[in-house]
Amino acid sequence: MKEFLSRLLVRPQTLIGLAVFAAIVVVALGAPLLFPKGPFTIVGMPLLAPGSPGLPAGSDVLGRSMLVGLAYGARVSLLVGISSTCCAVGIGVLLGAVAGYYGGVVDDLLMRFTEFFQIIPAFVLLMVLVAFLQPSLFSEVIGIALITWPQVARVARGEFLVLRSREFVQAAQLLGESDLRIIFRQILPNALPPIVVVGSMMVGSAILTESALAFLGLGDPGLMSWGSMIGASRSAMWVAWWTTVLPGLAIMVTVLALNFIGDGLNEALGPRRRQ
Amino acid sequence: MSALVRIEGLNVALPPGGDRTLAVADVNLDIGSSEIVCIVGESGSGKSVTAHAVMGLLPRALKTVSGRILFEGRDMLTQSAEDWRRTRGAGIAMVFQDPMAALNPVMAIGRQITEQIRAHRAVGEAAAMRDAAVLVARMGLEPGLLHAYPHQLSGGQRQRVMIAMALSLSPRLLIADEPTTALDVTTQAQILELIRNAQRERQMSVLFITHDFGVVSDLADRVAVMREGRIVESGTAREVLDRPQAGYTRALIAAVPRLSGSPAPLAREKPLLEVAGLSKRYRGSGGFLGLWHGRREHRALDRVSLTLQRGETLGVVGESGSGKSTLARCIIRLADPDAGEVLFDGADLAGMGRRELRAQRRRIQMVFQDPFSSLNPRHTVGEIVTAGPRAHGEGAKISLARAVEMLKLVGLEEAVLSRYPHEFSGGQRQRIGLARALMLKPDVLIADEPVSALDVTVQAQVLDLLDKVRRQMNLAMLFITHDMRVAARICHRVMVMRQGQVVEEGPTGALFAAPRNEYTGRLLAAIPGRQRLEA
Repeated sequence: MKEFLSRLLVRPQTLIGLAVFAAIVVVALGAPLLFPKGPFTIVGMPLLAPGSPGLPAGSDVLGRSMLVGLAYGARVSLLVGISSTCCAVGIGVLLGAVAGYYGGVVDDLLMRFTEFFQIIPAFVLLMVLVAFLQPSLFSEVIGIALITWPQVARVARGEFLVLRSREFVQAAQLLGESDLRIIFRQILPNALPPIVVVGSMMVGSAILTESALAFLGLGDPGLMSWGSMIGASRSAMWVAWWTTVLPGLAIMVTVLALNFIGDGLNEALGPRRRQ
Repeated sequence: MSALVRIEGLNVALPPGGDRTLAVADVNLDIGSSEIVCIVGESGSGKSVTAHAVMGLLPRALKTVSGRILFEGRDMLTQSAEDWRRTRGAGIAMVFQDPMAALNPVMAIGRQITEQIRAHRAVGEAAAMRDAAVLVARMGLEPGLLHAYPHQLSGGQRQRVMIAMALSLSPRLLIADEPTTALDVTTQAQILELIRNAQRERQMSVLFITHDFGVVSDLADRVAVMREGRIVESGTAREVLDRPQAGYTRALIAAVPRLSGSPAPLAREKPLLEVAGLSKRYRGSGGFLGLWHGRREHRALDRVSLTLQRGETLGVVGESGSGKSTLARCIIRLADPDAGEVLFDGADLAGMGRRELRAQRRRIQMVFQDPFSSLNPRHTVGEIVTAGPRAHGEGAKISLARAVEMLKLVGLEEAVLSRYPHEFSGGQRQRIGLARALMLKPDVLIADEPVSALDVTVQAQVLDLLDKVRRQMNLAMLFITHDMRVAARICHRVMVMRQGQVVEEGPTGALFAAPRNEYTGRLLAAIPGRQRLEA
């Protein structure tokens, strides 16, 4: 563990990524304490520039504080990003593990099923799903998980295919361990590194997808998110740049931080690094 | 006699934090012209590092601290990268242990040879290809092979190609780093012959790295024995082999298993395991959807029968692809046989359902070949050793107590329980694997090449341990190996396999002394160093 951390923390990008991500988490968690009035409260004139009294990041088209919106938007982004990735990793690992471990017909069927999800244009499927389930936090999470799990399933299956022929797995079979135990106790811990890397990258792309949905008005209407802020202010883009640029920057910085972390994990966990 | 290569006081540093500071310490070695010098040693002795230093191919982490390497009087360590490029290939060529990794998989063999020729000489592709064809013919390969790709060749053919490439520019020195370790005995004998002939014809020098004293006695003019980075003894092959001075050299030579002195066969009893007519075919489809080459069928096992009784060790010997591992896997049902039966204590394992099999299997356990992949790197030794009994419902406390006992039996201390596999050497890992198998108190132990990845001295210890355990627990042991010398050391009876069939079977001593089958005779004749070491 210590060795892993020292390998992870040698790259400056990883450190920057972790620091930025930690800051965003703090802001997201602290938003209700810092701004108890919530993001929808009108606090002044619309489209006030950043630096106006009491409005360090300006106000939006309805006169709501951009700063408060950004802080609350972080909550939505992180929540959707992390929980949809957790769901996707859960589904993907389970199906990938079963396909890779059992092989044969089971593998064929599960992989055709996976491909079924991969050949449908993902974003179209997502929009249909969310519209069908009514736009809400829940439907966004489920929808994003449903379009992203095949990536994880592919990676997990590949790892399991390789690992199940290793001698320690055969030994476990001979010792009489159950399949469930072999899959989860013997193989999974060894298959985890690449899955962790894929997962960390997926959080970033899930945040992007959530923003796109919210921009199109398919986000949870009761919540302020970065995507919906851009969507609501796009008519004011030319007169008040901050209403769209600031949430856009927030998305960019978050996704970039997550990708730095993912790269760092890849370097630290990747087999090629171990020399 | 002026030396072609003179290594003077060579010191190569290991990266800090290793178990010693120098990979190679104060090595002095001369290689005369048209002389074969063997460096012998166990893994980690620095023999490969020395060879790579001469070739200027040290891994980046290793740095030469001091010393000189003179090649034809020039100090190689101070020369420029451009000089190195000119020396490599033309002056010094190298053959590696793994020819598959050393050949470019997407380039035809012929092109790979001509590429090297043309990098050093101003000749056209056609002329270079003519040279390549001559070389390939000298290696005893078909000319058509020039158009083949590396994956289409056998291991022996690949190594011949590597030697052809190495000889293509008529180097003054050929460095061979364990070139036959991955090959079967008969192929190994042919490759050694080839190197010897090429050396004689071209009057070149050879630096041959090996761990096998058998190979040394067949090949070497002079020998240097290395241990922990130092040369402990050097001299002519005759001196070192016949009158070894250093204790370590004596121990190494003594550890080479001999063909003689194998245990006498046991009195016949009712067999515990009876295999009859076991067959297994693998159907591989060549090309996309099997359309290109048609469906290929490979008979991995062809009507194999054997018996094994309590307290007996039956050796299964054969070259790679002979089906010996498939036999083990079919008996223990890691693979499903197509036909035949495996009677174990009266019940047929071959036709058993999953649940029944699970109950029976604990009585047949296995020790695997690869000490690195046979233990889960993420589990502690304690978890590994107790996994079997735990899976069969034994309490944690009892199985832990038994694990301590079992580790003692295989020569490990209680303290290892909380450690992870990567902290152990190959020999220690094999002991852990053995302890894991024995925890279920099996009646039959299948050992699939359990010592082939180990150094000779460690090999001898593990073999003795297996034999001790067999006697103590009255185990029936099926011992699979490609090394006849290893089989001779502990097997009561041996069975020789070839292409999925049993060639012959009988008491070890009698069979090795007077093989009835011509193939067995060839295998025995190919064992390196037989004449000198058996005497």
